[in-house]
Amino acid sequence: MAAKSKTEAALETLGKDIVQQVKALKNPEITIPIRALSNVEFNKKTKTLQLGDKEGKRTFFNVGHAKKFMQTIEVASISKNLLQEEKHASLRDVFYMAKRTIPGTKINIVDEQVESDAVIEDLELITEFSREQLHVNANKNGSVAGKVVIEDKGDIIDWSKLGSGGWSIPSNVEEISFKKVNAKFVLYMEKAAVWENLHEHKFWDKHECIIMSSQGQTTRGIRRLLQRISTEHNLPIYVLCDFDAYGFYIYSVIKFGSINLAHISEKMAIPSVKYLGITSSDIEKYGLQKHLIKLKEHDLSRLKQMKEYQWFKDNKSWQKEFDAMKRLEAKAEIQALSSRGISFMSNTYLPEKIKKQEFLD
Amino acid sequence: MAEKEVKQVTAEELAKSQREISVSEFFVKNKHLLGFDNPRKALLTTIKEGVDNALDATQEARILPEIYVEVSPLPDSDSRFKVIIEDNGPGIVKEQIPKIFAKLLYGSKFHHLRQSRGQQGIGISAAVMYAQLTTGKPTKITAKTSSKKPAHYYELHLDTQKNEPEVVIDREIQWEKDHGVKIELELEAKYQKGQQSIDEYLKQTAIVNPHLHLSYKNPEGELIDFPRVVNQHPKEPKEIKPHPYGVELGILMNMLKDSTARSISGFLQTEFSRISANTAKEICEQAHIDPSARPERIAREEADALYRAMNSVKIMAPSTDCLSPITAEAIESGLKKEVNAEFYTAITRPPAVYRGYPFQVEVGLAYGGSLEQDDFVKLLRFANRVPLQYEQSACAITKSVLQTAWKNYGLNQSKGALPTGPAVVLVHIVSVWVPFTSESKEAIASYPEIIKEIKLALQEAGRKLGAYIRKNIRARDQKERANLFERYIPELASSLSNLSGEKKEIILENLEKKLKKELPLLLGQAQPVQQTTEAKKEPKPQEKKERKKIKEKTLGDYDGSEE
Repeated sequence: MAAKSKTEAALETLGKDIVQQVKALKNPEITIPIRALSNVEFNKKTKTLQLGDKEGKRTFFNVGHAKKFMQTIEVASISKNLLQEEKHASLRDVFYMAKRTIPGTKINIVDEQVESDAVIEDLELITEFSREQLHVNANKNGSVAGKVVIEDKGDIIDWSKLGSGGWSIPSNVEEISFKKVNAKFVLYMEKAAVWENLHEHKFWDKHECIIMSSQGQTTRGIRRLLQRISTEHNLPIYVLCDFDAYGFYIYSVIKFGSINLAHISEKMAIPSVKYLGITSSDIEKYGLQKHLIKLKEHDLSRLKQMKEYQWFKDNKSWQKEFDAMKRLEAKAEIQALSSRGISFMSNTYLPEKIKKQEFLD
Repeated sequence: MAEKEVKQVTAEELAKSQREISVSEFFVKNKHLLGFDNPRKALLTTIKEGVDNALDATQEARILPEIYVEVSPLPDSDSRFKVIIEDNGPGIVKEQIPKIFAKLLYGSKFHHLRQSRGQQGIGISAAVMYAQLTTGKPTKITAKTSSKKPAHYYELHLDTQKNEPEVVIDREIQWEKDHGVKIELELEAKYQKGQQSIDEYLKQTAIVNPHLHLSYKNPEGELIDFPRVVNQHPKEPKEIKPHPYGVELGILMNMLKDSTARSISGFLQTEFSRISANTAKEICEQAHIDPSARPERIAREEADALYRAMNSVKIMAPSTDCLSPITAEAIESGLKKEVNAEFYTAITRPPAVYRGYPFQVEVGLAYGGSLEQDDFVKLLRFANRVPLQYEQSACAITKSVLQTAWKNYGLNQSKGALPTGPAVVLVHIVSVWVPFTSESKEAIASYPEIIKEIKLALQEAGRKLGAYIRKNIRARDQKERANLFERYIPELASSLSNLSGEKKEIILENLEKKLKKELPLLLGQAQPVQQTTEAKKEPKPQEKKERKKIKEKTLGDYDGSEE
């Protein structure tokens, strides 16, 4: 058996601590920092979200906590096995490894993947090791293309020579190293379809840049990759999102960090990223008024929440956007630009915006 | 002009076609008023009138009722049935038989203010008339008043023009019974099971008359027995005089005309309840009528003044000992024998008064057992021990049930609907004069006093039901909760053993020891346990918020929910 890693030791310490409590006939408890907006603070110096010091206790002999307590220990034990066997598992795998019915009941240890996912995030806080260090990975998600050469597990990969699909970004990008980076900026977009359009137009070649996308969610792997490019190669990062509250939040997560994962902001957040579009002035300037989508109830309530976030509260230009959306009572997708022609975005919109440096910060 | 060609009709000519309409002719054309709207309802009404009469008669004679009901299809037609209703009542004297069965509006009940099943005296003769109209067959009556006397056998028709009986056969026969009445009719009818069936009527009748032994042979030839579970006679209801608050002007004028009293003061004191010499004087003063005036000399205007004075002077509520409720115990016995449940309760409210008429409300509840879990509760409505099976939504009882907050008592209820759950709700109202909404006597009119009383009774019974449900659910919950931890412990012990390297047995042992100590405390925890959704429902408030965010995919904080 391989020597115990620090991560494995941390998990074992957690176990031993609880056994101590059990032997002392105490109600076993685990202390976990609270991951919620109420315990997240915006650090004005680093310009990132950081977890506060509020803690919650999870005890076993408590009707409300018992199952969650059991799940926590179960997933910790799964992670320990992974470390011992030097294997990695996906979030989905972990869910299935934990999911079983308790004999004599109709109760499953976990019913849905969100339960095991949440417990893994808790374990990150308890052990102070990241999910990847606990040997749990997410599915790869997202594509990248550009004049960049990297090395990953001994393979040399040229991001400009990977056909129509580009390189798909793994969930763990710690091990890759950059061999050659020939780009002036990075353009990140929330839509895979938009990425495909730009890739087809060889946008990255014409404008010497890296284009990157995911489908909707910005995964940890992508965020970490963006951060590494930003810090290691000092490239500006521009974000292209829908003009709606959810698009804005994607930008917010990349820039400031997320509420849910505030404990790893320093490894994820990129305070220097800029928001390229779509903005309320774009709608006017490029005549998108006829291609708007009416806001629904949940859009409005999300907008209201965003407006109140500490990190947006004093930002005049963003407040202007929120107010404009509320006034328009409508949102606009990136693809609305296609109403001006399929090449309009790559040939006109993006070059113009970048040239004029029309960004929101 | 066209008008000229129209022949003028004189009053004399019109008079030729104007003639008196007999009561029976009127009812031939208005069968629905009496509950003979359609063949199905006609069968129910016929049996109902027969059984109600038998129950009233046995009760008056202080005889514990034995009733036999038979419904059989006639061989020559599938829409014709023979109905037999037989009782062990006091019988009927020979001379009265034709009038009772073959003359409408002849009876003993209409002229008295007393709690009884029938009120108008139309019922059974209407059934005789309906049978005659649909099959042409006479109704056969056998009646015997004593073991020493012979039985009389009649076959009767009803002359619908004159409203008089027509005797077809009249003879003395041998009958093994000591006393009683047997009615045999052939009529067009439809037999159908369900909420409004005769089977349901008989079952409900057996519930509220636990002193009745009823045998019923249904059209399929099965014999169903409803046993007697109470051997006591119901309290005999007393006849009372009308209360001044409940009399209408027209009736007051008739009473004035018919009275034998020599003064208004005397009239008021003898014809009404709760009027003393002093009250009579006060009424006369307010009406500006001389207390010594002769009643038959009172003019219409004066009668009106008298009427208003009677309603404005403060008069004691009528005596209520005239009522004969079933009693809570008897309702419980009745429910227990006919409804298979696990919990029974019943309430008898103290008497109350609406418009000068005393009335009283009783409620019975049965819960659990083999009753349907997810259906609406079964509502059984009764007036003077008679089941009400039609016009449920128009009835004051239904309105009161809808207005009661059943959620407080452990049943589910959507707004404006009957509660749902495994329960039977029985509501009985007794009165010397039950205010029905129509002649077919299927729904009780919504007087606020009546609704208020019914609701109070429902609440009182509901509280008992609620206490029972809470106690039982709590016990079940506690058991589940204790069970839950017992099941969790081995799971926790094995993963904790793997995590820490400690032996599973040691962890298990200590956790079980701790559980024993903690159990009383855990069982006291107020949160209800819902097994499958527990993890979602019960985390700390912060976690709840956070989870919501993850679940709602569009909510933006994407990095937490990668696949």
